[in-house]
Amino acid sequence: MPKQKRQLNKKIMTAKSSSSPHHHIQRGTGAVMRIVMFACIPGIALQTFFFGYGILIQVLLAMATAVIAEATILELRKKPVEHALKDCSALVAGLLLAICLPPLAPWWIVVIGTCFAVVIVKQLYGGLGYNLFNPAMAAYVMLLISFPVQMTSWLPPAVLAEQTIGLKDTVYIILTGYTSNGYNLDQLRVAADGLTMATPLDHVKTALTQNLTVEEAINSEIFRGSSGIGWSLVALGYLIGGLALLKLKIINWHIPLSMIMGAVLCASLLYLIDNSIYPGPWFHIVNGSLIVGAFFIATDPVSASTTNNGRLIFGFAIGMWTIIIRTFGNYPDAIAFSVILMNMAVPLIDYYTRPRTYGHKVKAKSISKE
Amino acid sequence: MSEFKQLTVQGLWKNNPAIVQLLGLCPLLAVTGTFINGLGLGLATTMVLIGSNITVSLVRNVVPNEIRIPVFVMVIASFVTVTELLMNAFTYELYLTLGIFIPLIVTNCAIIGRAEAYASKNPVHFATVDGFMMGIGFTIVLVLLGGMREILGFGTLFSGAELLFGEIANDMTITLYSSDVNFLLAILPPGAFIGMGLLIAAKNLIDTAIANRKQTDTQVVTRARVTGTDI
Repeated sequence: MPKQKRQLNKKIMTAKSSSSPHHHIQRGTGAVMRIVMFACIPGIALQTFFFGYGILIQVLLAMATAVIAEATILELRKKPVEHALKDCSALVAGLLLAICLPPLAPWWIVVIGTCFAVVIVKQLYGGLGYNLFNPAMAAYVMLLISFPVQMTSWLPPAVLAEQTIGLKDTVYIILTGYTSNGYNLDQLRVAADGLTMATPLDHVKTALTQNLTVEEAINSEIFRGSSGIGWSLVALGYLIGGLALLKLKIINWHIPLSMIMGAVLCASLLYLIDNSIYPGPWFHIVNGSLIVGAFFIATDPVSASTTNNGRLIFGFAIGMWTIIIRTFGNYPDAIAFSVILMNMAVPLIDYYTRPRTYGHKVKAKSISKE
Repeated sequence: MSEFKQLTVQGLWKNNPAIVQLLGLCPLLAVTGTFINGLGLGLATTMVLIGSNITVSLVRNVVPNEIRIPVFVMVIASFVTVTELLMNAFTYELYLTLGIFIPLIVTNCAIIGRAEAYASKNPVHFATVDGFMMGIGFTIVLVLLGGMREILGFGTLFSGAELLFGEIANDMTITLYSSDVNFLLAILPPGAFIGMGLLIAAKNLIDTAIANRKQTDTQVVTRARVTGTDI
């Protein structure tokens, strides 16, 4: 089974003409990966606008590390380096990791994370097309459990922050931990009212533990309505990029749609049970990383399910797990955990959702009968 | 190769219980947070291994084949109890740190594996050496893994040495670097698995290198004989 999937993946990735299905992507892996990177631009631009230049520096650091790590490990594995670098898959893994990190996280966070993603999660499993887990998300989970403080130090949106910093100070604080005039990250995280800011999800989660209701929790100045300032527009930016990917047929609609449906269904169910302690579906969609997860992360062609029905199940389960872990787990956001969890289930899902072979009336029952 | 030399090579390298047979992974992964924890558990396991191998070898001709496994387990359990009481008496702090993993030595497959596969079929002096070498092989891996995780996770080496060696070892802790942020992954269970994988990979790498060198050394030209055979 894995071998079959790998071959299928390889076909998708390298877009060689093959036997059925005849609907195939006309572009090479490199072109696909580059389009994915371009599609991130609106989201990254909005993130820069609301949360400062940190994200740009993280992206640059991650991409540089990804290329160096990939070249080194390919050299060690005695594989053709140039060919593999040209497919840009390492760049995309770095980029996707970088956009998930807090913008002012220290430089070694992104370097360790990217090295882990490329070397351990991707290349040690055999390189592009062979990795079981989504490299960016596995690295994110590794960083989150290893460095919880650095990984949860988010900034308030620039409009609410007591002080905003320019490009030079952003570089300073990422590399040294201090700005040029001596502020550290904790001081920068203070909002205009003197309180340290959390992400919308974090804020509500903390408020709920203090026996506040959801309504009271979102009655904070980081929210406008029920969507966090900045956060919802960043999500919109990624939505635009994601729709462009759909339009260009880089990704299928199955995973994004079913993932959002899964999240909405699960959140609605909880909301109907008790709307004072469970926020509604809209809150879950616009805050946090559900949109970027649905369009950019869960759609990874290598580690996601490869059949259409399988993709529906895969996406739906990710959405469902996201809400469950967000609501009942210890961590405020859960895309990474859900994606990793479902990556493990992919061989099983693919096994049970293999489509009818053309020319056969019934689905093949098992591999051995084929 | 003499039997003793053979036993040494098998125990320490070719048939190492931890990185080749992959036995006793539960304590191996659970207690190797630091160098000293690894060493403590490794020595305890070695002691049990030697004791059980000697005893099993001594009684090998008396025990009926049908009930050998329960007998072996009881022998092992008695030695584990002895070890546990000794540690409780002399290295109390370490005894507390290792906790449940000392009694769990009973269930370490490496020990019953040696009793069944070697000690029950061989004379006592060979069995003793086998137990010792297997135990040392296991200890080396525990110590390597523990050291690796300790350096990455805490930035120190030999911390807690006084738990094992008493007050003389108070200053043995080496601080390699100090940092506000610990690399938690190395200390957490996933770090143990990843570290273990890296150790096995390193062993395979060395084996391949040795095999390659041997091959180039002893490359003899062999020709297929095509004539004169009666096919």
